[in-house]
Amino acid sequence: MISPGAAVALSVALPFAGMIAIWLLDRAPNLREAATLLTGAILIALTIGVFLAVGDGARPGYFVLTVVGGLPIEFQAEPLGAMFAVLASILWFVNSLYSIGYMRGHHEKHQTRFYMSFAVAIAAAIGVAYAANLFTLFIFYEILTLSTFPLVAHKGDDAARKGGRVYLGILMGTSIGLFLPAIVWVYSIAGTTDFTPGGILAAPLEDAGALPMILMGLFAFGIAKAALMPVHPWLPNAMVAPTPVSAFLHAVAVVKAGVFSILKVAIYIFGIDFLDATDASAPYMWIAAVSILLASAIAMHQDNLKARLAYSTVSQLSYVTLGAMLATQMGAIGGAMQIAAHAAGKMTLFMCAGAIYVAAHKTLVSELRGLGRKMPFTFIAFFIGAMSIVGLPPMGGSWPKFLLMLGAADAGQLAVIGVLIVSSLLNVAYLLSIPVQAFYLDPAEAGAKPKGSGAKAIDWRNIHEAPILCVAPPLITALFALLLFIFADPLYAYLAPIAEAR
Amino acid sequence: MDILTFVAERYNYWIFITLMMMGLYIVIARGNLIKKLIGLNVFQTSVFIYYISIGKIAGGTAPIYVAGDMEARAGGAGHGSVALPGKEPLGAGAIHADENLHDGFDLAGNDLATLTGRASPPHGEPIHTAPDIGTATGVNDILAAPQLKIEDHAAAASAAVHAAADVIYSNPFPHVLILTAIVVGIATTAVGLALVVRIREAYGTIEEDELEAADDIAEFGHIPHKLGSGA
Amino acid sequence: MTLAAQLPVLPIIIPLVAAPLTILMPSGRIPHLWATLVSWAVFAACAALLHSVATVGPISYHMGDWGPPVGIEYRIDLANALVLTLVSGIAALVFPFSYESVRSEIDEQQINLFYAALLICMVGLLGVTITGDAFNVFVFLEICSLATYALVAMGARTDRRALTAAFNYLVMGTIGATFFVIGLGLLYQATGTLNMADLKIQLADRNNRMVEAGFAFILVGMGLKAAMFPMHLWMPNAYAHAPSVVSAFIAATATKVAVYVIIRFIYTVIGADFDFAEAAFNYLLMPMAFAGMFFASIVAVFQDDVKRMLAYSSVGQIGYMLLGISFATEQGLTASLVHLFNHGLMKGALFMAAACVMLRIGSHSCSAYAGLARRMPVTTAAFIISGLSLIGVPLTVGFISKWQLLTAAFDSDRAWAGFLIVASSLLGVIYVGRVIEMMILKPAPEGAADVKEAPLSMLIPMAILVAANVYFGVNTELTVDLAERAAHALMGVAR
Repeated sequence: MISPGAAVALSVALPFAGMIAIWLLDRAPNLREAATLLTGAILIALTIGVFLAVGDGARPGYFVLTVVGGLPIEFQAEPLGAMFAVLASILWFVNSLYSIGYMRGHHEKHQTRFYMSFAVAIAAAIGVAYAANLFTLFIFYEILTLSTFPLVAHKGDDAARKGGRVYLGILMGTSIGLFLPAIVWVYSIAGTTDFTPGGILAAPLEDAGALPMILMGLFAFGIAKAALMPVHPWLPNAMVAPTPVSAFLHAVAVVKAGVFSILKVAIYIFGIDFLDATDASAPYMWIAAVSILLASAIAMHQDNLKARLAYSTVSQLSYVTLGAMLATQMGAIGGAMQIAAHAAGKMTLFMCAGAIYVAAHKTLVSELRGLGRKMPFTFIAFFIGAMSIVGLPPMGGSWPKFLLMLGAADAGQLAVIGVLIVSSLLNVAYLLSIPVQAFYLDPAEAGAKPKGSGAKAIDWRNIHEAPILCVAPPLITALFALLLFIFADPLYAYLAPIAEAR
Repeated sequence: MDILTFVAERYNYWIFITLMMMGLYIVIARGNLIKKLIGLNVFQTSVFIYYISIGKIAGGTAPIYVAGDMEARAGGAGHGSVALPGKEPLGAGAIHADENLHDGFDLAGNDLATLTGRASPPHGEPIHTAPDIGTATGVNDILAAPQLKIEDHAAAASAAVHAAADVIYSNPFPHVLILTAIVVGIATTAVGLALVVRIREAYGTIEEDELEAADDIAEFGHIPHKLGSGA
Repeated sequence: MTLAAQLPVLPIIIPLVAAPLTILMPSGRIPHLWATLVSWAVFAACAALLHSVATVGPISYHMGDWGPPVGIEYRIDLANALVLTLVSGIAALVFPFSYESVRSEIDEQQINLFYAALLICMVGLLGVTITGDAFNVFVFLEICSLATYALVAMGARTDRRALTAAFNYLVMGTIGATFFVIGLGLLYQATGTLNMADLKIQLADRNNRMVEAGFAFILVGMGLKAAMFPMHLWMPNAYAHAPSVVSAFIAATATKVAVYVIIRFIYTVIGADFDFAEAAFNYLLMPMAFAGMFFASIVAVFQDDVKRMLAYSSVGQIGYMLLGISFATEQGLTASLVHLFNHGLMKGALFMAAACVMLRIGSHSCSAYAGLARRMPVTTAAFIISGLSLIGVPLTVGFISKWQLLTAAFDSDRAWAGFLIVASSLLGVIYVGRVIEMMILKPAPEGAADVKEAPLSMLIPMAILVAANVYFGVNTELTVDLAERAAHALMGVAR
């Protein structure tokens, strides 16, 4: 058995090895995919090992090297990161299965480049999860951006190039323009960038006036992967990518790396108590709240399914940001749980969207009416995912919303509770309506008035589903969404240490 | 100080500055490449003149040992006496040296004494001019100077102090420097002229605007309307 | 008298003797091999010097045994040992790299002359760096410049604009050098010495307008040579039209050496504690640095010629170095020195990649880079990695530079400067990204000839330089630690 510390290092290094294997197996697609899956399986084992060790109270770490004076590349697992790593590795495995079905079903080109980029992306995501300081986190954050650019621009046509340009432009622009100076500033103030329970800025910024608020702003907008408005446009633009990319990267790895980073910064750099004491995060809490509502409102108007999901993601990500900015323990834990719950739910939805595209070549919401009776499994998964996103029991998405409301109540921000309720209602309108229409309406031309089909039974002999590799993964993730509801308490207990500020 | 004297005493600088500005103006304003090179030469030459003028001590001879002077120096070294006979030519020379060496210092409003000492080349020839000035004219506060600096080059200075009675040398150091610079200048001119020849072969003209037009036509097919684009 | 005792003079003597011999050799491969060998010997000598300086301390070598301040002194401390290593290291890679590229771009009968000139150029750069005598700086500077004018003009075979570019460079360069000499004259007049260390002693507390004027002349003169904004006009054309190898060499070294001289004069000769130093920093260097960083980067975005774009980018990058100097703190100086070294690495690699493209495609316009990823994968990879380094992506040298500079800005309470720095590096994202996008996402133009990857003789040196870009981005022991010590020493002298 390898030590948890080594497991931490290995889980960052392993995907790189996987990438090389994928590259070498360029000409043997079956072996190449086997390499991806094998890497994924080992990665799950490693991250779970770390997860369990962290649960026992250990904080396994691995020191790589010191780059510039006092700036080490170092990893250390703590509950939040361990959870994110497990989440990412499991969902990567599921998504790899799905990618194989999707990419082959679609006869996409450059598949080797695709899987290689994916492997680097997961390595970067794990690196972000285990980073022991802001500097390390930033390095992997940037690797994540760069490695996913070829995935976003995969198709190589004009639309993909334009999308890719916006993607890279916003992510790189904010990370270099705001995130990096914020890190240097923190380093300059505190002399370190280590993630420390209770934060590192409280002491040096005792009476610094507006400085904490400015710094927090740099982080909130500099970490554009969290898609806080107005730095969100990269996310809808990234939807030009093949669906597995959207499903994994833009529901899990990339966006969650963003909100994860914001949580880490709030908890381990500023410290919840310090944020609470200085109100440094208050403006961003309101921006997050506005983001939630505005993105939902925009999502209502999107007819393109993936665009609707993307705006829904923008909205849901701001829940996490909101949780972090509430500066209460409940808020932080709620935000953390939202990372897991939303990942499972949104990934389900994206994979369903991909399955629909593969099987029926439909991309518009208005074209989906009646399709549920041809693709029942896909739409059942979609329904479950949507329920989880909305926050209806018995789905995983309900707990984080509950905790966030508790957190808001703790912070005395009753208006925030209102925002959360309104947002859930909007979610119902734009997400749950899709499977309902798919099951209960007749197909109609776009723009024509939809017509109910009564309670027509599903014709089980006329099923037209996507290949099994495209249908099974969303069902699996839908199951995760369900499990997250049932096992919410252990997860809560697991995450509780992060909010125990000194 | 009388402004006219102030200006007149610095005539060498005025020459230098005028030449320099003329040279620069030609480089900038003329389109003909040969004329540009000529301007560049004028510009460089002005700097040579500046250097030479700061090394010159009026009345001083070229810094080549005069026959017999060497022995005088060798002999003088043993005595260690500081007494200085203020001979007529020497006095004149010293006053001029004062002007030459000190114009800059006046300008800068600085302590003459230290500067005088330091302005001397290591061999020590002009060092003796400073003490001479003091003794010969006995006017200004330069008097403080000799002791200050003689310690720097004690042996050389004491030798020089004696020998000074016989010969005054100009400061050779700037002249040596400028010899090097002249060589560099010639090399630059040569390369520049060679380039002009090649440009003429390649373009058939050495007028800057025509060259630019030719390049534009080669690149865009016509002369684009430009708004103050530089070289 | 052992060879080791003569070590400081070897980097100058070896190529200086070797250069004329090159002309006498039969044409063909021999001059190239000879020059390569010489460059390696020089690099070995410089590396030995760096090692010795880092472990033992500054070296003072008296030319012809004439002691300073009369004789010419070669004085090597950490700061110039670092620059020496950069220059000779780049040379040791550019020389082997050059063979194929030179053969395709230079007239057969000029090849011997070409290598002789390149060696002379290297001597000049090394001489400027190594010498402790202020006038010697001018002499070596002109040795280097004269060789460079000729080298740039040799690009005329593929592009006649190289001639006018070289002529403009000559005019501007000569003006710069002459300004420098005027400045020296004023300093000499004020002190009576030209030895840098002695100048420092004599200038102590001698704060007057003559020194000030001398300093201004020196700064302007060297600013011209360093392509400090707005005195950079000679540079884009010279870099764009020079033979590819020459661009690679001088872009990586020449301007850096000029910046080094500025650092040397500010800190060792004048001293940062001079009254007017603060004014010069705050009202001259810093605004110029920012103007260069933004203006040149914006111009770079609109360039259609990749080499010219890289040249404008250099003007911007020089701005970073000057900015570091103008902070007048030890950290700022460290950042400057680090960036000076790092920028040499990245620009060298980028221009080498451009040379490979020039060799195979025959053009350095942006459109020539379309679809290059499939056709020349190694060159593309080299360009991308060094391009990312230029942007300042983590794990490359560019990031280290930027980090140092940002730390210096924030630590000296200039948060606003920090944001301007990152804002200007975002412009870098645009101009580098444009070419990279062209390479990996655009398909090759219809009917484009099938091209091979560049020959190994070019790929290997380029790969080494790219590897250095990554290596020094992770292991900063050599660069940052030495630069810190060098900066400490420089500031120590200054105080």
